[in-house]
Amino acid sequence: MKELIVARGLRKSFGSFEAVRGIDLIVPAGQVLGFLGPNGAGKSTTMRMLTGFLEPTEGTVTLNGIQLAADPIAAKGTFGYLPEGAPAYGDMRVEEFLNFVARARGYAGAEARARVDRSIERLHLEPYRRQLVETLSKGYKRRTGLAQAILHDPPILVLDEPTDGLDPNQKHEVRELIRRLGDDRAVVLSTHILEEVEAVCTRAVIINEGRVVFDGTPKALDAKAAANVTSNRLDHVFRMLTTSDIGGASRTKAASR
Amino acid sequence: MNSTARIATIFRREFAAYFTSPLAGIFLVIYLFMSAVLTFQMGGLYERGQADLRPFFQVQPWLDLFLVPALSMRLWAEDRRTGTIELLLTLPFSVRDLVLGKFLAAWAFACVALALTAPLWITVAWLGSPDHGTILVGYIASALMAGAFLAIGAFLSAFTKNQVIAFVLSGVACFLLMVIGFPMLLDFVSGWLPRTAVEAIAAMSVMTHFESMMRGVLDGRDVLYFVSVTAAFLFLNGIVVEWKKAE
Repeated sequence: MKELIVARGLRKSFGSFEAVRGIDLIVPAGQVLGFLGPNGAGKSTTMRMLTGFLEPTEGTVTLNGIQLAADPIAAKGTFGYLPEGAPAYGDMRVEEFLNFVARARGYAGAEARARVDRSIERLHLEPYRRQLVETLSKGYKRRTGLAQAILHDPPILVLDEPTDGLDPNQKHEVRELIRRLGDDRAVVLSTHILEEVEAVCTRAVIINEGRVVFDGTPKALDAKAAANVTSNRLDHVFRMLTTSDIGGASRTKAASR
Repeated sequence: MNSTARIATIFRREFAAYFTSPLAGIFLVIYLFMSAVLTFQMGGLYERGQADLRPFFQVQPWLDLFLVPALSMRLWAEDRRTGTIELLLTLPFSVRDLVLGKFLAAWAFACVALALTAPLWITVAWLGSPDHGTILVGYIASALMAGAFLAIGAFLSAFTKNQVIAFVLSGVACFLLMVIGFPMLLDFVSGWLPRTAVEAIAAMSVMTHFESMMRGVLDGRDVLYFVSVTAAFLFLNGIVVEWKKAE
């Protein structure tokens, strides 16, 4: 499979604080990568470097064969991105906002309208298309953010907490959508919900204090839990890997991918 | 998509944004009202018995002190507060596209405000026979001055997430750029500064250049002054956006 995201040796320092301390991430098409870690582990910072919002202090990002640092405009055309909190222009109607993004993506006229309509349909936003973004509930605002990210059918999707704030039905729908999109794309999504990793991801990467502490399939993650743990097994593994109190010293990298 | 098309996309979004909030409209009405009041009442447009718009142009720098910060305050502060800055900078835009698109939208709005004062021009043309060339140069000077002030305002807006702070900072900065050319201040510093330094300070003031254009003299150096100030602050604006974006 084609390697769509190739990030090598990513480091990011803010002053004397080192938020990301050397992360390599290679994501081929057809993979849905769940990005996990405690708050402040460097998830959002890493995603911001993948999408060119932040320049890495060290390391390189190549997206669909285009070096982000060398040709940022072209590289930014290869992905859709849902930033943390799903920011959108509150003073615009849903369809106006999506139309702005369509124009930014280089579409005009009938093609832009078709793209916007398709995106609205995929995220079931039809009843809300004339509503101001600032009046949307949290869940619909998040869906608008997702509609914006998939509008141009990009080969790469980077989604920062795509299901945060959605009700269980909406969560289910969005997970289905992500799974479908992941068939032929590279998807990186961050989440706090471990069951989500089992539900939609084909690969799980856990980071802690700016470093990768687990990289493998959700199954391999589950297998790390002791046999006597019967409930919340993933939570147990997560705690084990990201805290030092219960055997977190074993920061091993699972070989399976 | 080329850079012009990208700038046009930002321009459309930002220009439309002025019409979705009542705030810009309120400032526009106040600006037009004050323009008329100050021109007729304090400027004594009728009493002077001269068919020109001098009183109108004389109050422009003062009116700009509140109209311009009102237009520029939201340019970056709002995007930083709501997080849409992250969206903008991860869409296929360069910082330059964003800086120019936003600036041009604000400037276009300021030019619309100026254009809406055309009834004053029509009034003096109807009452007498003014020198239309002088008035045209006055309008060009007003537009260039508003552009320079807007560039300063946009630059300061990128420093903060708070529009009120952006408004106050811009007002103060534009005021300073005006007063450094006032004779009162220049007389004060001329006591202990060499003559060339005093002249350099005067040359940096907006007023020096605006007043010469207001008299109807279209001098390349005055135009160059406004264009340079605008360009310099737009350049700095881009640097501040990069520097402050993630905070």
